[in-house]
Amino acid sequence: MADATPKGVLTTPLFKNNPIALQVLGICSALAVTTSMSVSLVMTCAVIFVTAFSNLFVSLIRHHIPSSIRIIVQMTIIASLVIVVDQILKAYAYEMSKQLSVFVGLIITNCIVMGRAEGFAMQNSPKLSFLDGIGNGLGYGFILMTVGFIRELLGSGSVFGFTVLQPVQDGGWYVPNGLLLLPPSAFFIIGMIIWVLRSLNPEQVEENEFKMKANTEPKEAV
Amino acid sequence: MEHYISLFVASVFVENLALAFFLGMCTFIAVSKKVSAAFGLGIAVIVVLSISVPVNNLVYTFLLSEGALSWTGISGAENIDLSFLGLLSYIGVIAALVQILEMFLDKYVPALYNALGVFLPLITVNCAILGGVLFMVERNYNFGESVVYGFGSGVGWALAITALAGIREKLKYSDVPGSLQGLGITFITVGLMSLGFMSFSGIQL
Repeated sequence: MADATPKGVLTTPLFKNNPIALQVLGICSALAVTTSMSVSLVMTCAVIFVTAFSNLFVSLIRHHIPSSIRIIVQMTIIASLVIVVDQILKAYAYEMSKQLSVFVGLIITNCIVMGRAEGFAMQNSPKLSFLDGIGNGLGYGFILMTVGFIRELLGSGSVFGFTVLQPVQDGGWYVPNGLLLLPPSAFFIIGMIIWVLRSLNPEQVEENEFKMKANTEPKEAV
Repeated sequence: MEHYISLFVASVFVENLALAFFLGMCTFIAVSKKVSAAFGLGIAVIVVLSISVPVNNLVYTFLLSEGALSWTGISGAENIDLSFLGLLSYIGVIAALVQILEMFLDKYVPALYNALGVFLPLITVNCAILGGVLFMVERNYNFGESVVYGFGSGVGWALAITALAGIREKLKYSDVPGSLQGLGITFITVGLMSLGFMSFSGIQL
């Protein structure tokens, strides 16, 4: 990405080069915080903030970081930003920070943040890096919100806490699918999203290592 | 004693870091193509978790938590609350530990070092380690509990990644729909494994 344009940097991570679906980065937290949409939204904002600013700061001092200790420097910048987010959440949205529990802290080890700081911000100008951070944060948030939407709508019949499908317990007709609030469903949904994204962009499909040959001797198959 | 055994079983099966809390997913998916590599990484995670959780427990109780510095005897020290520095210190301790472990293994156990070589640096940014530490702090484990929890959750993670690698090795020979190939089918497999591990929930010794 030597000739990156501001617009391209901002939009490619959304669909074309989505950090979760294609690069398999940062799925740890993507799965755990998606049981309801408001939690996913807070997490998305936190991640956008951290990726954007860590990219900006790393890029600003990229000529002064000795390459042997660059990981530690990046880590320190990221950890400080995460502490800021954590403290703000604790101060102004205590309930939310209880729900997110350890996952705010885990933004530090979120591979998206680290990966963008190392892979993009170390080579590019501060402005581009900042936009790249926002773009990747948005790409991450897009998947997060989609998963959150599906899980909250089908799992508890609501969107952002507002009831959309009236559940049976409250005299409605919708029987909530409890499985969608449990961990395994997040894996299935992400698997499905990857399936859809790759069907739309066939060039992202991974090569099969072992090609199946057509069976030329039908007798053996029986 | 029973309390510790129960905690161990819970951290291996019921609260499996990988399958119930989605921690360390990036490496979990990336390094689970071969059983041998997955097993190596699993061992490395067990080692690092069982050292770093207790060490961070000490750091928390004697340096960071509220009033923890009162043992220094400095006046006013019992009012100092450094817990907001937690994240920064835990990640620092983990990074330093991994580095020390790497140098130690290189010098004294070169065979193990060669086996783990590639994986050790990766572990610093593995969410499973930091996640384990943060859970330990959030649940207020004492030192003994943190030793058991660190080891147990490491074993659980290693178990999960080795099992997944076994499945993926077999999966290579199956005919998966084109765009589900690779990543997609892996996620669905992990989902099924996670479903299986959920049957352990509610086990109490």
